[in-house]
Amino acid sequence: MSSLAEITAVLGDAVEESFEKGPEGNVDTWVRVKTSAWRDAASVLREKLGYDYFCFLSAIDWMPSPYGRGEEDPTAEREPIDSTIRQGYTGGATRMQVFARLVNHRTHHGVTLKADVPDDSLTIDSWVGVFAGANWHERETHEMFGITFAGHPDLRNMYLPTDFEGYPLRKDFPLLARIVKPWPGIVDVEPLPGGGDEEGGAE
Amino acid sequence: MTMLGDRQQLAYIASQAADARVNVELETEGMTLNIGPQHPATHGTLRIIARLDGEQVVWAEPSCGYMHRGYEKLTEVRTFPQVTALVNRIDWLGSFANEVPFILAAEQLMGIEAPPRAQWIRTILFELSRIANVSLVLGDLGVQLGAITPVFFAFRDREYVLNLIEGATGGRFHPNFDRIGGLKDDLPAGFIDETRAVMRKMRKFCDEIEGLLFGNEIFEARTRGIGVIPRDVALQYGLSGANLRGSGVDWDLRRDQKLPMAWDKVDWKVWTHPDGDSYARCWIRLQEVRESTLIVEKLLDSLPSGPVMAKVPRIIKVPEGEAWVSTENPLGEMGYYVVSKGELGPFRVKIRSASFNNISIVPWLLKGVYVPDIITILASLYFILGDIDR
Repeated sequence: MSSLAEITAVLGDAVEESFEKGPEGNVDTWVRVKTSAWRDAASVLREKLGYDYFCFLSAIDWMPSPYGRGEEDPTAEREPIDSTIRQGYTGGATRMQVFARLVNHRTHHGVTLKADVPDDSLTIDSWVGVFAGANWHERETHEMFGITFAGHPDLRNMYLPTDFEGYPLRKDFPLLARIVKPWPGIVDVEPLPGGGDEEGGAE
Repeated sequence: MTMLGDRQQLAYIASQAADARVNVELETEGMTLNIGPQHPATHGTLRIIARLDGEQVVWAEPSCGYMHRGYEKLTEVRTFPQVTALVNRIDWLGSFANEVPFILAAEQLMGIEAPPRAQWIRTILFELSRIANVSLVLGDLGVQLGAITPVFFAFRDREYVLNLIEGATGGRFHPNFDRIGGLKDDLPAGFIDETRAVMRKMRKFCDEIEGLLFGNEIFEARTRGIGVIPRDVALQYGLSGANLRGSGVDWDLRRDQKLPMAWDKVDWKVWTHPDGDSYARCWIRLQEVRESTLIVEKLLDSLPSGPVMAKVPRIIKVPEGEAWVSTENPLGEMGYYVVSKGELGPFRVKIRSASFNNISIVPWLLKGVYVPDIITILASLYFILGDIDR
């Protein structure tokens, strides 16, 4: 049985969507589980299928940045930015998603688990009871995205000052350095003098 | 706990017992000890707050963030080729190794692969940065215990490796040499012979360190049975690299993962140690430097000819998708989760650095140890500040 089939079998109803890609012998797996099943999914995968190595946990803000990529000419008219939210692999319904990676250290197969975080409460269960190592990762995600992990013992800031306002990795948090001064790095993708062709290949 | 060796199990039980003894034997008053942010034993600006009861640590917690540079946010406003200049600075002792997984992730999304010669040279430079990185900590171990000599040996011999990296890439510390689709340049003339000579020197350096430290009674007394991490705890905290193999887990991403790199083209050995203590972790690092020198020599023997750059468009747009690639870096598993929306730059990059996980075990590990052991435990866990804070 393939790894994905095994995972969907033990997780049962909790699976919302799954995705697999990669060549034979190096298949990577994505599974999105229900928000309410986030914690149980981890413990089931750990206990039943031996996914006992905790790799990382973080979050993604799927809203496109309202500030663009900061590469535009600041004097020119701004093009409107498309702000529709499109989630990546395994879809989703919310702006914020948490994702984490577990690996079975015997078969070396890894799975990326994802879950929607409700837009109104921004709360999801903590993994600390399942993987002690999730502690710091959840603290980091909390201060960078403002997601609360229910059941986490101590969600203090790790990096930022205690009284810092805002959540830096959210897309609507402006990167001020890019706004006050245009980025000179855009020169990098302009054609070289002397007419280098588009498909240059090795220089 | 079934898989633990006897010695490891005894040491683990002893550390648990020490934990329970605190505050029971004597009525004492606790004190809080601040180690760092500036302290010779913290390799940079890591601050450790430890609450002591006499000589024993009751509670300890590292305080990070003195070097947070926000790379995950910055990558969102860079183009794909520009990101390597940032991630170079995460683990500054093994910079080239930081670039590789990111480039591999971008290549995976674009569906291209570097030509064989580029894969070989990447692997060689990767192993050279491992040697430069880990040989420094081997010397540094002595300093933590009051022995000054090994660190001079380490700085002397690391210089040869840095010269090689500089000769090939132009940068001693931050090569920024890896490109999507291959490498910036081919190897310079004379690189192969020079590298063989340096690899022999590095093996001699390993012998010297082994004689100076690993056979040393004081070193053994200070590290054996100290800071024991059982294997299930190591896995739970996501420890990787020598820290995980020091706890008896036979897992090396270079061997156990199919990547377009050259590690699987030559024979080499993954070292593990069953004890899980400070000594085991240091010993594994020593063996890994030796093994790396052998890998480099074998790769030089089989170096294929051909171009070092695949055909890629001048303006690189990475198709929509998500990719996770991690490699076995000098410090442990270093990986990038790259989300692309088909633009010039990434939509989101999650940087999974080894030291962040490796150091997150410190509050658990330091409970019940004695103050002088804090230093050896931290030295044996081996972290780099830039790799914790990113």
